[in-house]
Amino acid sequence: MTRHRGRGMASINYPIGMNLGGDPSQALVHSNPSGKFTVALSSIDLGQGMKSVTRQICAETLGVPVEDVYVDTADSDTGPHCMGSFASRGTHRVGNAVMAAAREARGVMMEAAAEELEVNAADLETDGRGNIHVKGAPHRSISTKDVAIAAQFRQGRTISGRGIFLVPLSDVDPETGEMSPATCYAHACLVAEVEVDDETGEVAMVRMDSAYELGRALNPRLVEQQLVGGAWMGVSHALYETPEPYYPDPAHGPRDFVEYLMPGPGDICPHDIAVLERPAPDGPFGAKGPGEMCANPVLPAIANAIFNAVGVRIDELPITPEKVLRAIKAQGGARPQARR
Amino acid sequence: MSKIPLQFRHNGRDVAIFVDGGTNLLVALRELIGDMTPKFGCGQGGCGTCSVLIDGELHLSCLTLAETVAGRSVETLDGMKQGPNLHPLQRAFADNFAAQCGYCTPGMLMAAKALLDRNPSPSRADVIEAISGNICRCTGYEPIINAILAAAGGRASA
Repeated sequence: MTRHRGRGMASINYPIGMNLGGDPSQALVHSNPSGKFTVALSSIDLGQGMKSVTRQICAETLGVPVEDVYVDTADSDTGPHCMGSFASRGTHRVGNAVMAAAREARGVMMEAAAEELEVNAADLETDGRGNIHVKGAPHRSISTKDVAIAAQFRQGRTISGRGIFLVPLSDVDPETGEMSPATCYAHACLVAEVEVDDETGEVAMVRMDSAYELGRALNPRLVEQQLVGGAWMGVSHALYETPEPYYPDPAHGPRDFVEYLMPGPGDICPHDIAVLERPAPDGPFGAKGPGEMCANPVLPAIANAIFNAVGVRIDELPITPEKVLRAIKAQGGARPQARR
Repeated sequence: MSKIPLQFRHNGRDVAIFVDGGTNLLVALRELIGDMTPKFGCGQGGCGTCSVLIDGELHLSCLTLAETVAGRSVETLDGMKQGPNLHPLQRAFADNFAAQCGYCTPGMLMAAKALLDRNPSPSRADVIEAISGNICRCTGYEPIINAILAAAGGRASA
């Protein structure tokens, strides 16, 4: 029995969002009489932090403290329409919609403040701490709370804004077959190191090193947790998970979490991540999205690492010990490739 | 079927309920006592998100018959916070971004508490062993392991 080390690399060019009939998301922003703002979305936060990021985007655009913004994603029936949380599109599509809605709401807020301060709205600015004042004259100031109260009870005005971000449908050019299915691309490169047991076919992760270029990281800690967790999912898809291990034969399919294999806390490996920030021209504050793409480079990198370790090319997922062992036997033993 | 009277301590408070024979502790906690912190994941001991402490020992509440906790002390995540303050483990989970969707978090915290209660300064291998019965889909485990080690470190230095 020998354990063979192998290293594999993969790079990806990841289109943010999709384009099957256009890819829109909407957002509504309104102030409450307390001077706090609500963002209404029907986009779903699955735990990646879309609520946190859209809250930041809204607060930054309005010019108010982040504590003054509440993001409501309660109901996809009554909320403004969203295509969904997938394809790394949340930050980019929904963030842009929130930015547009917040910009419109800010315009109304500044008009309402101008009426109270008896100045021109163009002469006003926000201090980011809940106040609006005359440029160059901070003492001529009104709080966003007082503006909200005035708008509600004296001016009869709603401080609100609508936003939509739409990447229009891209038709295929009948002559060339060309199309532009996405406007924004993120990039990644990942090197996986594995150890393959040529007696059992088992693949153990040794380490991963990756670099992700995902526009501006609006919340670096959320980006990092996405990349760490997403890489684990990539490992899981590469080596463990499947509802039908002998597809199309449904035999031996898992029936519960005991049989549905996923890497446990003892199966993970060190993962060094570098985040490169190159702002996207059409992203909210330059953001692209770190969602789905963080799992993607892991799979081909592991397949390449296994080839590098024992010389077998497995092209069906997941790469189970059985597949590795059969392939090693078929070629008459492990054939380690040159280390690069 | 006749109901069985059942009394036990729930997060330091005496509770008395009537359960059907065969009712598991998870259902008793969630539906009869209203403590929604233990989650239903698989109902057959495969995921760990229903974990609770019974007399300080980690158990899967979905595989525990409710009537077997008569007279015993059951601790759930609901009892972990210390007055208005988070438990050091809860604080460490937040600081280390150890939750994303949050569904595994109650079970992870109970497994972590069971570990730190019996071993205040665990090794990384101890932590991995302690949470190996709990499935997490989002975090890749690393932030959870780091959070538990951080909570242990904080406790040791405090």
